[in-house]
Amino acid sequence: MTFMAMITCLPHMLLLANPDEWLVRLKQTIVHWLPGPWQFVISSLITIAVLIAVFGALFAVATLIERKGLGRIQNRPGPNRVGPYGVLQPMADAVKMLIKEDVVPRAADRVVHFLAPLVLVAPVMLAFSVIPYGQGLVPINLDAGVLFFFAVGAASELAVFMAGWSGHNKYSLLGAMRAIAQMISYEIPLVLSTVTVVMMVGSLSLVQIVAAQGGYWWGVIPRWNIFAPWGLAGFVVFMIAAIAESNRSPFDLPEGESEIIAGFLTEYSGFKYAVFFMGEYFGMFAISGLAITLFLGGWHAPLPYLGWVPSFLWFFGKLFIFLFVFIWLRGTLPRLRMDQLMNYAWKCLLPLALINIGVAVIWRFTAGWPGPLRWLVCALLIVLAFVWLEKTWMKSRELKPRTYHYAS
Amino acid sequence: MQAAFFIIAALIVIGGLAAMLVRKLVHAVLWLMVTLASLAALFLLLGAQFVGFAQILVYVGAVAILIVFAILLTRNSEWAKAGRLASPSWLVGVGIAGLATGCLIASILASSIPPGVPVPPAASVADIGQKLMTEYVLPLEAVGLLLTAAMIGAVIIAMPEDKRG
Repeated sequence: MTFMAMITCLPHMLLLANPDEWLVRLKQTIVHWLPGPWQFVISSLITIAVLIAVFGALFAVATLIERKGLGRIQNRPGPNRVGPYGVLQPMADAVKMLIKEDVVPRAADRVVHFLAPLVLVAPVMLAFSVIPYGQGLVPINLDAGVLFFFAVGAASELAVFMAGWSGHNKYSLLGAMRAIAQMISYEIPLVLSTVTVVMMVGSLSLVQIVAAQGGYWWGVIPRWNIFAPWGLAGFVVFMIAAIAESNRSPFDLPEGESEIIAGFLTEYSGFKYAVFFMGEYFGMFAISGLAITLFLGGWHAPLPYLGWVPSFLWFFGKLFIFLFVFIWLRGTLPRLRMDQLMNYAWKCLLPLALINIGVAVIWRFTAGWPGPLRWLVCALLIVLAFVWLEKTWMKSRELKPRTYHYAS
Repeated sequence: MQAAFFIIAALIVIGGLAAMLVRKLVHAVLWLMVTLASLAALFLLLGAQFVGFAQILVYVGAVAILIVFAILLTRNSEWAKAGRLASPSWLVGVGIAGLATGCLIASILASSIPPGVPVPPAASVADIGQKLMTEYVLPLEAVGLLLTAAMIGAVIIAMPEDKRG
């Protein structure tokens, strides 16, 4: 395609009925110019560059929103010196992080210390590659997208261990142990709440999961999974587990500064610290993206007559709502204690996730029932089973002072 | 394709060798993870998506953490004692390794390889799921039962003494 042809087809591209196709068409046009063997490489590189640029920018915006939001919650202005209303604060932070001295402890294991931030960030970037951001806007459409997401997520535990161990600092190691125990415990409810969605849709492909949530009930209520009782319970379990997985408050024990300084980040400074910080935010974006895809209809519009808005705007709009909730929770909830954390995962979230799978099966086999009745019965089943379970089996023993086995 | 195979194969071999030769146990675990992750890459290269992802999920996600915790929670085992890597049990090790290699080579040589380029069997994740839920449901249940029993055993070991009864 010559340049002139490109110019002549541009107005045509802009007039397409579906605005989401602009981006796809644009990439196709660029790639089309290139000689055959390069097309695949350049096409992949464009996708990768877009992902890094979009989420890098989102990271900068997120840090600003978080600092401003926390400031608002705590009745202080937040950053307000760099640029108007402090909007240039992320740039200043980035420059500060880049030119800071990179301190590596003398006793540290230098290679592992260097590799840990990379091992944390690279898998999270991989996880971005399976999320559908809009209609036709998915970097790779894998058959086993959900499985891929959790598989690459598993590598972050190893990265946390590498960070905690390589510093040869007891607070680092304790923080890493806490983080790993927490991530392993909360991964189970996370995966189990995903299982219900996979069961109902009958596919592990994230694109198909989003496609299954298209359309509207009675023309108004979107067919998102969250509007089914199993979806609502699954979403609650998923979100709590997701906050814990991304080590955010109120589950930020691994970095509890009043107890273990900064956990596994204690021995990190300068740019490596910034990379860790970025990895945690990327993890938050990725898991929010998965939650949106699984329960909130992905890029689908919430109301039928809003379908003309480009679909990726819906996705990122939902992502910003998630971001707001994450910040809101961080500003309002106190940190949990270690035993509360573990009890909550194993005695509350896990049973709820298991009950939810059972109710999802009932939902599946009552497809012929009238809608509201089916909804009410299934919701009641979840609530009653959960309340009964917690009241009878999980009755917490009377409170008494904690006993320490190995410390006195 | 070929180049990718050779890079991955080199990573597997280097990782395996380093895991045996490195002195610090934690380094050995990390090298082992290089091997296992490259193995997953090899599965993906061969088009076995499910096996590749499961390999990462199980080995890099769970087994690595298990080994690491075992090393850190057992006293003084993090640092290898100064001394020779070789020991009298070395010969026995060589014998066992030789025997295992011999068995593998013999079985590979004995198997017949059909002429021409083999067509990889197309097994999608959905196919594997179908098979697991229909034909192989009993083995799956048996494995599930075994793992549950192991987990209950672990809980009993971890319980405080006064509640074990």
